[in-house]
Amino acid sequence: MSSRFTLKDHFRESRLINGRLLVAALISILVFSVVIVRLVYLQVFEYEHYDSLSNRNRVDIEPLPPQRGLIYDRNGVLIAENIPTFSLEMVPEKVDDVEATLKELSKLLALTEEDIADFQDRLKRHRRFQQVVIRQRLTEAEVARFSANRYRFPGVDIQGRLIRHYPQGNLFAHAVGYVGRINERELQSIDQQDYKGTLQIGKTGVEKEYEDILHGEVGYRQVETNVQGRIVRELMSVSSRSGDDLFLNLDINLQRVASESLTDFNGSIVAMDPRTGGVLALVSKPDFDPNLFVSGISSKDYAELRDSPDRPLYDRALRGSYPPGSTLKPFVALAGLELGVVTEHSKTYCPGWYTLPGHDHRYRCWKHYGHGMMDMNDAVAQSCDVYFYDLAHTLGIDRLHQFLDLFGFGHETGVDIPSESSGLSPSREWKRASRNQAWFPGETLISGIGQGFNQTTPIQLAHATSTLAMRGVMQEPQVVRASRKAGQNEMELRGNERVNSLPMQDSQHWEAVVDSMVEVIHGERGTARHVGEGMPFKVAGKTGTAQVFGIAQDEKYDAETLAEKLHDHALFIAFAPADKPEFVVAVVVENGGSGSKTAAPIARKMIIEHFGLELDEPQPAQ
Amino acid sequence: MNHSLLSDRPQRQSWQPGRLLQLLHLDAPLLLGLVLLLGVGLMMLYSAGGQDTGLIIRQLIRLGVAMGAMLVVAQIHPDRMRDSAYWLYAFGLILLVTVLLFGDEGKGAQRWLDLGLVRFQPSEIIKLAVPILIAAFLAERALPVSALRMILSLVLIGLPAFLIAKQPDLGTAILIASSGLIVLFLAGISWKIIIGFLGACAAGAPILWYFMHDYQRRRVLTFLNPENDPLGAGYHIIQSKIAIGSGGTFGQGWLQGTQSHLEFLPERSTDFIFAVIAEEFGLAGAALLLCLYLLIAGRGLFIASQAQSSFSRLLAGSISITFLVYVFVNVGMVTGLLPVVGVPLPLVSYGGTSMVTLLAGFGILMSIHTHRRMMSP
Repeated sequence: MSSRFTLKDHFRESRLINGRLLVAALISILVFSVVIVRLVYLQVFEYEHYDSLSNRNRVDIEPLPPQRGLIYDRNGVLIAENIPTFSLEMVPEKVDDVEATLKELSKLLALTEEDIADFQDRLKRHRRFQQVVIRQRLTEAEVARFSANRYRFPGVDIQGRLIRHYPQGNLFAHAVGYVGRINERELQSIDQQDYKGTLQIGKTGVEKEYEDILHGEVGYRQVETNVQGRIVRELMSVSSRSGDDLFLNLDINLQRVASESLTDFNGSIVAMDPRTGGVLALVSKPDFDPNLFVSGISSKDYAELRDSPDRPLYDRALRGSYPPGSTLKPFVALAGLELGVVTEHSKTYCPGWYTLPGHDHRYRCWKHYGHGMMDMNDAVAQSCDVYFYDLAHTLGIDRLHQFLDLFGFGHETGVDIPSESSGLSPSREWKRASRNQAWFPGETLISGIGQGFNQTTPIQLAHATSTLAMRGVMQEPQVVRASRKAGQNEMELRGNERVNSLPMQDSQHWEAVVDSMVEVIHGERGTARHVGEGMPFKVAGKTGTAQVFGIAQDEKYDAETLAEKLHDHALFIAFAPADKPEFVVAVVVENGGSGSKTAAPIARKMIIEHFGLELDEPQPAQ
Repeated sequence: MNHSLLSDRPQRQSWQPGRLLQLLHLDAPLLLGLVLLLGVGLMMLYSAGGQDTGLIIRQLIRLGVAMGAMLVVAQIHPDRMRDSAYWLYAFGLILLVTVLLFGDEGKGAQRWLDLGLVRFQPSEIIKLAVPILIAAFLAERALPVSALRMILSLVLIGLPAFLIAKQPDLGTAILIASSGLIVLFLAGISWKIIIGFLGACAAGAPILWYFMHDYQRRRVLTFLNPENDPLGAGYHIIQSKIAIGSGGTFGQGWLQGTQSHLEFLPERSTDFIFAVIAEEFGLAGAALLLCLYLLIAGRGLFIASQAQSSFSRLLAGSISITFLVYVFVNVGMVTGLLPVVGVPLPLVSYGGTSMVTLLAGFGILMSIHTHRRMMSP
């Protein structure tokens, strides 16, 4: 220590510290007195209260899981409900020997090894004083058998629970999705407090997207139990708040027609109300039974679904990427008008092929001997490839890409269902970035007829068609129309805000393109002449056929000899009435052959169903 | 007492317990108090743990290690502790940073450092290092403390407390901070500063409250009043209050507590063991236990008052008072007076690391008392 401070007055310091020690001692005694007063309060004054809670009665607290909100279609038909089931549950803290108990239980109820492994898994994630499910969905016989032996299993009991059930089976498998057991990852992201006593969580579709409002709020109750922990009496409870009910835009009748008319084909159908963006039908086939997933799908069932070559778990409506084929042509035509490259009346000659200046490669029209002189109206109605090769070439890929971008090609539509794919609208930059290759002029031609790199999802196709039908008013597709708080009558409408509007320099451009699409259906040479037969209004539409694999030049396409998996995809987009659109539909039939033969009749059925028309089925044009 | 020791020296007596204790640098009254407390603790643990002898044996092994630590520490001269204060602190701080970077996660918090053979919590070293360092630092210059030294001390206290709060282990961070602040208090920082500080806290709280988000406010409210959250933190408190209240004046009797034995009371052998004591021995037993704690700390304060250097006084005072803070934080939580922070009941709760540190702390007290130089007053 430095000499300057040897003058530390030791005596004074001791007195200072000892004074403080005394103060500290007095404060400590004071604080401990407060604790003793608290003990006196709890143990003397409140003794009666706590004694009645503890000595004669045993008090336990258990969560009251909320009822999950119901889901209805637009007509009020129930799509997702909660039904009671019985499950066998254990409170680990109240069981002396978990292993031995499980062994005894498996003799009684034939628990499988998988049951036990799942249980061990769940055991790790729960606190020792919470119920852990051993097995769900006990049969009545099993409930009876356990009840008779219940005295042998302290800490184990049967719990009545509500579990999710989808009465419409497969019909809404992709759109509404399903709930399943909460997994480790989900456990991290939810408020665990709020999921006490809840076993399931939304995994896909509407069930996932609207999880927070469907779930509700957990309640709890204090109950009196006997020595074995069985409930004798309820002391007090705070009830749970049920989740909100959801009302969808989806229409079960349209959904059914869509699903049935796809017959055995794989594919997808999306129908929308263009005025609101409401999604009226959202079908992806093949589908599956969502009820399988609710209380944990068996690994055999799951393997079967996962490994099926038809990929039933894959939501084609939102994730299936298909070349749009000729259904892209109306949008390309609009680009031509808007950018001043063509007028409604400019004509192109179609000899059956097109060559780029200075090249001899022939880009063929689907009609081998050619369409002759074509204006825009003819070209859309008869789906002339050469007209659009020429138009795309004049526009160039940059302008074409920019224009298609406006209609949402290559972007997610923002539909209120998770895991949508964005499709692909190719551009020079995209090709440079993803393949490190230059853009070739020939690729512009192929893009102009919706082939090549173009990838579109069915929902994108419906969304773009809806924007076209509404002459530029763009709405995000919306599956859920409204929600309703439990026990209330008022509905809360969901997300029908206008998102965007595409102005054209001349509004006549919209009409020109719509007219050409009406010509597809009502014109003498339209590719889908039979679709509008007998309808009280005009329908606008466009067929499309997307090549699954390339056909070499000069090679003939023979549908008969090709394996079914190599058939072209059939596409069709339509809206009706053409002048005042209320209904938009997009149909994709995988390996369906041609758009006009397979996809267009399905769209007709959808229109008939939606407008409640009484018409006979037309004979498909041969 | 000391005179007798001096005069004892020439005599050769066959057996003198007092002399043996002095040779081992142990303090008889303190040792007696601790042994009594540890005995009560083992008895309660036997009841709370469901009469599991295995549990008792494991606790006894820990106790042996802890007693050994106390004995070893008691042999170290207080001057050596003062000399190594900075090294010990630096070592503890390095370990804390290491644990934040590489530590094992146990129960969701990074507190453990795995050295192959032993796993331990560096925060335990810091528990002793902070009061030793602050006492040594303040005793370097004349007391009362200068403003600069006070601010430097606050930094030295705040750094490890912050690192531990980040683990996150709020309970230990609070204990460490208070052990340092108590040294500052004993070193005589002026009452104006203390009152000013408390006043600023009281005034600052509503302002902070005003700027908080709703969810933050809710979290604070649940923290302050866990009964709002009956399925989470509140479950413990509700069950523990029932157990305590049903104990009444004289309790249900040893091994007779229904709440603890019917397994309603969670963590009954660790953080909530006080509720078992209050249930089985009632108000009388709980109050006696609290008095025993006060007596032990009282002996510690007496040792502090008799110490021969400012360093020893400050350190002994801080260790004694911190021991009481420890008790208060636990009992306050169990009786629902304080928010729930996981702090065990010292020397009674089941669990090892803190027991070693606590008894090592008492070893320091004994060392201070038995290494006094005999000089004329």
